[in-house]
Amino acid sequence: MPVNCSSCEERRAVLRRPKTGHSLCKDCFFHAFEEEIHHTIVSAKLFNPGEKVGIGASGGKDSTVLAHVLKVLNERYAYGLDLILVSVDEGISGYRDDSLETVKRNQQQYELPLKIVSYQELYGWTMDQIVKQVGLKNNCTFCGVFRRQALDRGAMMLGVNKICTGHNADDIAETVLMNFLRGDIARLRRCTSITTGSEGAIPRCKPLKYAYEKEIVLYAYFKKLDYFSTECIYSPNAYRGHARAFLKDLEAIRPSSIMDIIHSGENLSVKEDVRMPVQGTCTRCGYISSQSLCKACVLLEGLNRGLPKLGIGKHHKLHHKLLSQEPLSEQEERKLKAVDF
Amino acid sequence: MRVQWFCFFLSCLTRRVLRGGAELLFDGIKQHQVTLPNQSNPWDIRQLLVWIRHNLLKERPELFIQGDTVRPGILVLINDADWELMGELDYQLEDKDNIVFISTLHGG
Repeated sequence: MPVNCSSCEERRAVLRRPKTGHSLCKDCFFHAFEEEIHHTIVSAKLFNPGEKVGIGASGGKDSTVLAHVLKVLNERYAYGLDLILVSVDEGISGYRDDSLETVKRNQQQYELPLKIVSYQELYGWTMDQIVKQVGLKNNCTFCGVFRRQALDRGAMMLGVNKICTGHNADDIAETVLMNFLRGDIARLRRCTSITTGSEGAIPRCKPLKYAYEKEIVLYAYFKKLDYFSTECIYSPNAYRGHARAFLKDLEAIRPSSIMDIIHSGENLSVKEDVRMPVQGTCTRCGYISSQSLCKACVLLEGLNRGLPKLGIGKHHKLHHKLLSQEPLSEQEERKLKAVDF
Repeated sequence: MRVQWFCFFLSCLTRRVLRGGAELLFDGIKQHQVTLPNQSNPWDIRQLLVWIRHNLLKERPELFIQGDTVRPGILVLINDADWELMGELDYQLEDKDNIVFISTLHGG
């Protein structure tokens, strides 16, 4: 029962688009997918001609599709962008080393320069070593905080004007849901912005913000893009996993749910008297931070002192002690040493 | 590990079923070529899923199957076309069919 493409009406349709319900053939799908991303880029004025743009590349499906589409659109519409792949090596053997091989092949395939920054070189710790010390409970906190900074630092070394990441519509909807469930109003407010962090940090944008995961995966599949698909060996983030499974259940019943959640997130107005954190800079490393010490510096201090729980939870009161290199009391130390596995 | 595709060769005649992604569920094997036993009615995807569950899934079937269908987030392609266009669970398998399962539940 082959269905014909609802656009060209000639070729056999290969997918039903979750966003529009249209059945499209391969060529019409490629065209529609690329044009929508072009539309997102143009209407949100993501780039200016002559800019140097870093693409956060993990070797996974999203960033591989992002790199491919940006390369195509940059040539088709003469954006005049200087594109560079930036990868973070967290130091996870059996996972990141394999995915970095994929990024290195992408570098050849798309003829784009590649810069790899590693946790080892930036922080003196690999994720493998961190997991050895902190166990499998809070390791994702370390990794998330470190990765965010690492990408920025890599971008700074390269002197790029912007970084773009492969976050897709499903990711954004999931984040809206998570922030809502956690009552994190500050993040809820900013998580749907297509561009973030223009003050201080290098601006970040998400050109795939309105692209459904299903379409990204099928784009990669039909274009035979070379991507890496394995779960991080330390990953199980249970809470996010539940949010994701819930979202996928909703999508199966009503595909527009994903766009609807993003729409809700974009249009929420936060009460004026909700206290928002004031952005400052870290007194140690100069990175943007709402505290006197940024999260990465606190986590790192904890690792280096053998007190891995220092950065987990709220220990703002200890920041002045850390800054002035004062020793912690025995009681404080005891609290921070206990690691539950 | 690069993405490859599972293929199952189905019996009586030769039918192929492919899948990509969560190969760990299938004992690390990414590609299966399987032969399905003969039966009086033609095989459909619904029956194929039951067969896969009993014959190929090594552990945690709930990561692949939910109820009588695939877990939401797993894409199914029948001869390189979205199964939503092909009748989903009711699609009747034919000789040398390629079925691809792609998990989207991995990080990007």
